[in-house]
Amino acid sequence: MKAVTLNNITKTYNKGTVLAVDNLSFEVEKGELFGLIGPDGAGKSTIFRLLTTLLLADSGTATVDGLDIVKDFKTIRKKVGYMPGKFSLYQDLTVEENLNFFASIFGTTIHENYELIKDIYVQIEPFKTRRAGKLSGGMKQKLALSCALIHKPSVLFLDEPTTGVDTVSRKEFWQMLKRLKEQGITILVSTPYMDEANLCDRIALMQSGKILSIDTPANITKAYDGKLYAIRSSSMHKLLIELRNYEFTESCFAFGEYLHITFKKDHIDHTNALLSYLKHNGHTNLELKTIEPSIEDCFIQLLKQ
Amino acid sequence: MQQPVIKTELLTKRFGSFTAADELTFEVYPGEIFGFLGANGAGKTTAMRMLCGLSLPSSGKATIAGFDIYKQTEKIKQNIGYMSQKFSLYEDLTVIENIRFYAGIYGLSDKEIKAKSNNLLDQLGLQNEAKKLVSELPLGWKQKLSFSVAVIHQPKIVFLDEPTGGVDPVTRRQFWDLIYDASDKGLTVFVTTHYMDEAEYCNRISIMVDGRIEALDTPSNLKKQFSANSMDDVFYQLARGAKRNE
Repeated sequence: MKAVTLNNITKTYNKGTVLAVDNLSFEVEKGELFGLIGPDGAGKSTIFRLLTTLLLADSGTATVDGLDIVKDFKTIRKKVGYMPGKFSLYQDLTVEENLNFFASIFGTTIHENYELIKDIYVQIEPFKTRRAGKLSGGMKQKLALSCALIHKPSVLFLDEPTTGVDTVSRKEFWQMLKRLKEQGITILVSTPYMDEANLCDRIALMQSGKILSIDTPANITKAYDGKLYAIRSSSMHKLLIELRNYEFTESCFAFGEYLHITFKKDHIDHTNALLSYLKHNGHTNLELKTIEPSIEDCFIQLLKQ
Repeated sequence: MQQPVIKTELLTKRFGSFTAADELTFEVYPGEIFGFLGANGAGKTTAMRMLCGLSLPSSGKATIAGFDIYKQTEKIKQNIGYMSQKFSLYEDLTVIENIRFYAGIYGLSDKEIKAKSNNLLDQLGLQNEAKKLVSELPLGWKQKLSFSVAVIHQPKIVFLDEPTGGVDPVTRRQFWDLIYDASDKGLTVFVTTHYMDEAEYCNRISIMVDGRIEALDTPSNLKKQFSANSMDDVFYQLARGAKRNE
């Protein structure tokens, strides 16, 4: 049995004028760490709200843990954990009160499932008498995850848990997810950060309610069409403008300390001609090399198709 | 040497016994793209609020666009632009209404407002959308518009507080094109971001840890200094040591 299935799910808002999820179908295996990757408006949160039975689809069917999201909504609600994108705990309850509240709602106690949340909860336990509203972003995130886990869900839905969180807390968070996965929990997580895609078993790259590509991160980068180069010089902005106007450039965009560039007719080696052209234009410290595409490169290529 | 547009000396802000921003000393030059990084809770927002004239320092000195941070806060506000993802445009006003509103707030005359708004609509290719509600625009367009209204009064400095959150990778890069164009024309850009690849696009970067600026240099020098492959690595090395996590 699959952990999650979607069959031709469509969801619109505002009396059909806004298409949030467009005839989507995909499956998530049991125990998988599955990522929905895409910008705001891709449909990620809508998918989570449909699967956690908080919204009804216009058409299509879906299951969670083999249960129908419409017929079996009450059972599903007992079995899933959900961490919404917006902090949704009680700001005026303390850390411990929040956790106790969620435990009792699901008919359990902190004690009963302490092992599952221990790794995460010990980090905020010293502050257990602090009100949730007074916590930092990273600590709110850990409390929200503890609350979503306290009833030992079979499927965990995490909607942009790392948005707006600094890179240190983001790394810690993904380590926590890895440990949860080892305990057999199926995890669906969404993120706008492309660099987090590699930490998932499989990902769906999404834009405007559609899936652009769905596969393992390795297979997605393998499917990149054409050769990709990285280039840099002493004056990067000038380089970007000139490369965009270069006759054999197919696409060129900034990528950290390099520009990434692809060429038209890339069976021809353009590198020497390009380097001498750029030297002629006054560029110094030029460096040009072929590179393996990242998920973000693939996303950009898919957006252009 | 050019006069700095931002100059701070031991700038400090305390809330009771808590020192949110601790003896910040740095300079930013005209046309520079200055990245202002730090972990959550490091004190970036507190520092930004002081630099924008919204919060008085507890001690230290600073001038922004030549104006004193204690005595000339109104002058500072007139001479800077500010854009953040959280606060920018009015969704229930049209494109043209937003432009007029901001131009008016920044004290442009009716004549200037008319000319400017037309110009801006042309530049952004938004003539046909002028009477549409901002809520109907795609996120990428909203960002461009909100950047443009933030600089409609031709300030010397624009403060961008996480301007690119949540947009797709192509739109994110188009936004940086706007930043580069503006900086080429002499505008100073002071920007915060959580995307470490964007840190590389800045001329210089400061990284705050526990209220202090722990590193300040060009991206390539910082990488050398910390023997790091990427800015992400530099940031990680610095911020990992943060004690002020709560």
